[in-house]
Amino acid sequence: MTTAAEPGQEVGKGRLRKEDARLITGRTRWTDNMSLPGMLHMAMLRSPMAHARITNIDTSEARQMPGVLAVVTGADLADSQGSLPCAWPITEDMKSPDAPSMAVNQVNFAGEVVAAVVARSAAEAADALEGIDVDYDELPVVLDMAEAIKDDADLVHPDLGTNSSATWIFDSAEAGTGGSVDEAIGSAEVVVERTFRQQRLIPAFMEPRSIVVDPTGEQVTMWSATQVPHILRLMLAMTLGVPEHKVRVIAPDVGGGFGGKLQVTPEEVITFLLAQKLGRPVKYTETRSESLASAHHGRDQLQKLTVAARRDGTVTGLKVELLADMGAYLRLVTPGVPILGAFMYNAIYKIPAYHFACTNVFTTKTPTDAYRGAGRPEATFAIERMMDELANELGMDPLELREKNWIKHEEFPYTTVSTLTYDSGNYEAATARAKELFDYDGLRREQAERRQRGDSVQLGIGISTFTEMCGLAPSRVLGSLSYGAGGWEYGAIRMLPTGKVEVITGSSAHGQGHETAWSQIVADKLGVPFEDVEVLHGDTQSSPRGLDTYGSRSLTVGAMAVLSAADKVIEKAKPIAAHMMECSPDDLEFSGGKFTVRGTGTDTGIADIALAVFAAHDLPDGVEPSIDADATFDPENFSFPHGTHLCAAEVDTETGQVRLRSYVAVDDVGKVVNPLIVEGQVHGGLVQGIAQALFEEAVYDESGTLMTGTFADYLVPSAADMPSFTTDRTETPSTTNALGVKGVGEAGTIASTPAVVNAIVDAIRHKGVDDVEMPCTPMRVWQAIQSGAQSAAGPGAEPGGGMGSLDAEGGAR
Amino acid sequence: MIPAQFDYVAPTTVDDAVRALADAGDEAKVLAGGQSLIPVLRMRLAAPTKLIDLGKVAELRGVREDGNALVIGAMTSHYDVVRDPLIAEHAQLIAMATSTVADSQVRHRGTFGGSLAHADPAGDLLAPALALDAEMVVHGMDGRRVIPASEFFVDYFTTALRPGELLTDVRVPKYTGWHAHYEKFNRVAQAWSIVGVAAAVQVEGHTIQQARVGLTNMSSVPVRATGVERALIGQEATPEAIKAAAEHAVEGTMPVADGNADAAYREHLAKVLTSRAVTAACG
Repeated sequence: MTTAAEPGQEVGKGRLRKEDARLITGRTRWTDNMSLPGMLHMAMLRSPMAHARITNIDTSEARQMPGVLAVVTGADLADSQGSLPCAWPITEDMKSPDAPSMAVNQVNFAGEVVAAVVARSAAEAADALEGIDVDYDELPVVLDMAEAIKDDADLVHPDLGTNSSATWIFDSAEAGTGGSVDEAIGSAEVVVERTFRQQRLIPAFMEPRSIVVDPTGEQVTMWSATQVPHILRLMLAMTLGVPEHKVRVIAPDVGGGFGGKLQVTPEEVITFLLAQKLGRPVKYTETRSESLASAHHGRDQLQKLTVAARRDGTVTGLKVELLADMGAYLRLVTPGVPILGAFMYNAIYKIPAYHFACTNVFTTKTPTDAYRGAGRPEATFAIERMMDELANELGMDPLELREKNWIKHEEFPYTTVSTLTYDSGNYEAATARAKELFDYDGLRREQAERRQRGDSVQLGIGISTFTEMCGLAPSRVLGSLSYGAGGWEYGAIRMLPTGKVEVITGSSAHGQGHETAWSQIVADKLGVPFEDVEVLHGDTQSSPRGLDTYGSRSLTVGAMAVLSAADKVIEKAKPIAAHMMECSPDDLEFSGGKFTVRGTGTDTGIADIALAVFAAHDLPDGVEPSIDADATFDPENFSFPHGTHLCAAEVDTETGQVRLRSYVAVDDVGKVVNPLIVEGQVHGGLVQGIAQALFEEAVYDESGTLMTGTFADYLVPSAADMPSFTTDRTETPSTTNALGVKGVGEAGTIASTPAVVNAIVDAIRHKGVDDVEMPCTPMRVWQAIQSGAQSAAGPGAEPGGGMGSLDAEGGAR
Repeated sequence: MIPAQFDYVAPTTVDDAVRALADAGDEAKVLAGGQSLIPVLRMRLAAPTKLIDLGKVAELRGVREDGNALVIGAMTSHYDVVRDPLIAEHAQLIAMATSTVADSQVRHRGTFGGSLAHADPAGDLLAPALALDAEMVVHGMDGRRVIPASEFFVDYFTTALRPGELLTDVRVPKYTGWHAHYEKFNRVAQAWSIVGVAAAVQVEGHTIQQARVGLTNMSSVPVRATGVERALIGQEATPEAIKAAAEHAVEGTMPVADGNADAAYREHLAKVLTSRAVTAACG
């Protein structure tokens, strides 16, 4: 439901993004486009071994090579590099190894940096890598989470004495928010248990990570392709001991992140140290292969779920037991990612008893961390798959089962078993609209006909009625979860003498369209033309405070700070306007960019006031010559977008090939500032979520080497692999922010993965299949059909027979 | 990444190119579009000392008729092959297979001869060349020789080209009036074939008079499915007959296992896709 904007009103208008021309043509300041006088180039040597002791590094040949100015190893940096930060100690006894930017004695994943070369040119630096000889003593690799937590397992970090980093538990009986899950399971009429595998994914942002450090000014300036310039500056200071005020961080235009650039990276630290050491600007830009192997990965969990229910479909309890792969080290928010999911397994449902336990496990793989959705896609996938499994067990329509358990529109605000208070939502409306657009009943009919005919192409319908928590985050909630920072955001307005407006935001856009959306919001608020607003971001000098962009927080938190600053501008301008018009401030009203004396035609525009303030010749006594203002906004709650996604998948039972025939996404993201931007976020999110279901997986071989180290093997889909999406919106405004907005950056990714897998399983369930491991490759689907047909006569073939999805090879059950 | 340093020459005639190749010795590589070689160089999986770029040899581009054959210049781009009217008329199978290669950008840069000489068993053009009895015309310092496709593909990324020899033209007999189909199976649009089947048939009435079937990625080299061909000839083009013939598709194959498919699944696919390719070709 697109609300038409009122004439002259910017919010609600589907404007093309003002930043697109420069971003799309690449004629802009990507970090790698930068070139500074005297700049040097760095290349990294990375370990081909997943787990090994470094016994010797010989750099003598490299040092003699043309153009080389420095070759450093971990030993050279050991005293200065500190340990990379982890800002989220989830438990008091969490085990966290030292995380050197450059390995000193031991490498713990393939791709870890063991040496770096700085040379006059990038080519010379790359050549010199071949002049470095590293001797390794191999150690046993640790690749399987379930094996890794056994008593006699080989250890990634022997000094920690275990591969288990921490176990985090929430129990509704203990928390007083619900009953005992064990009792619910014990007394249940129906119990369904399943294990799902969340495969490891790679964020695969378009712009590889790139860093330039200029140490020649009083402040050391770092340009980095990062999502988090403010956090990066603070963490550089804390990690390296450099005074915070001596560091400036700039995130120029950044080509995507998806959480993959929510990080303080080894490469940033190493580039900083080398530039300081050499006293000259240094640039490092990773190759795509380096990016795939060593930039942090996402997901990678084993999820065991047990759901208890009555025969009528009422869910009585949910137990979630997770193993989450940390990889070799805890990066910035690694341990907290699966914990974010803890609040989302109960999803849109009224679940009276809930238990969540997650054990974080070290392996000799690339560290994991935030990836679009971060914990919430995993949770949504598992619960939405379970609802389909339970519906099958009960012989109910899966949509009816969901409706029986979901929170009714009139029950909002609703406090869930996992302690969140959902402020608003209307699952009935979104579902009704989705069913209508999808032709749910017609497709069910066709499905039945194809089954009856025994068509080689079977049709399946997948459902995902999802919600998510976004707008990270109320600072006190983060505090209660032991997160190392708050969740506020900063904004400021600078009124220029000519009436133009500079907006400063602590959010750090990397493709989201902040410049357009913020301009629309401020144009409406201050009554100035859209074109007169410039949005500045991503530089710790121009935007001195900020907590950056991730977790669908920019609009719900960042734009609120800007809006609040704009309110202050109006308040500051008011006495000046009254003075200029010789009236009482109480007689003024502000609208359309003008202060009007109530009941008269007399008015003064905000631009006139800005000029008067600049001149400052005639201001009221005691009023400072500025109407600039800033504000910091700390949200009182998360926001809870939701929606109903329906997917129709055709499965070619002869080959296992899956073709998505139609996909309907009806999202409720509250009020919409720019419907075109929302549409773009939904489309991109859908593709990324569908990619998890069908295409993408980071695969390691038995020696811990990444097998999907190029885009020939790590299959990021293109438009050619996607159906045409049908999208629509319902609009239930958030009640916890002034604009009524919710986040939209992650919704499509969170919702779509289970919709697709549910559709595939639905298409071939009659062949004895009740799960296909992701990604649902043609071979896995075909094998599932083969072994499903075989097991149809054997144990476990009955509904809810309880064979784990991991029992059979190829993910078939 | 940045390739290791190499010398670069761009001759403008076949003679100059052959001479440059002879002069450069073992460490030279021929650049014929670069859609496979450049990534290999950038990842430093190979470090030839000299690249001989054939991009400026005009005589190597284009398609012409020579009696009962078409002659396709080795440097004819995939894009030009797909659009070429002679190929459409006399060797439709080649155009169909070529149109499935990678994406539009690759098809503009990559070349017919480059793909064949690269001899990637997952490449889509090898099986059609084999099925259609193409002949590879090569030039070296010792002159010209012609190698039948059946002898040209030796192993993974290995051909019968001798050191110093260039693939210059590919001669394809005319299959005027035949019907063809290339059935490619992959996971995303721009990817290599997991399995591909190239089929060309000559049908009179409803009877299959002649059949040519080649398999992509079912061995270290393209495979001619002669068992399928024999089983098709003389048959009515019915689904049952085609399906029965397709059961022979795995004969003589040695499929590999990789992340996309194990050997058993590849064998299964070869049968299913052969049936589909022949059915589509028979129209």
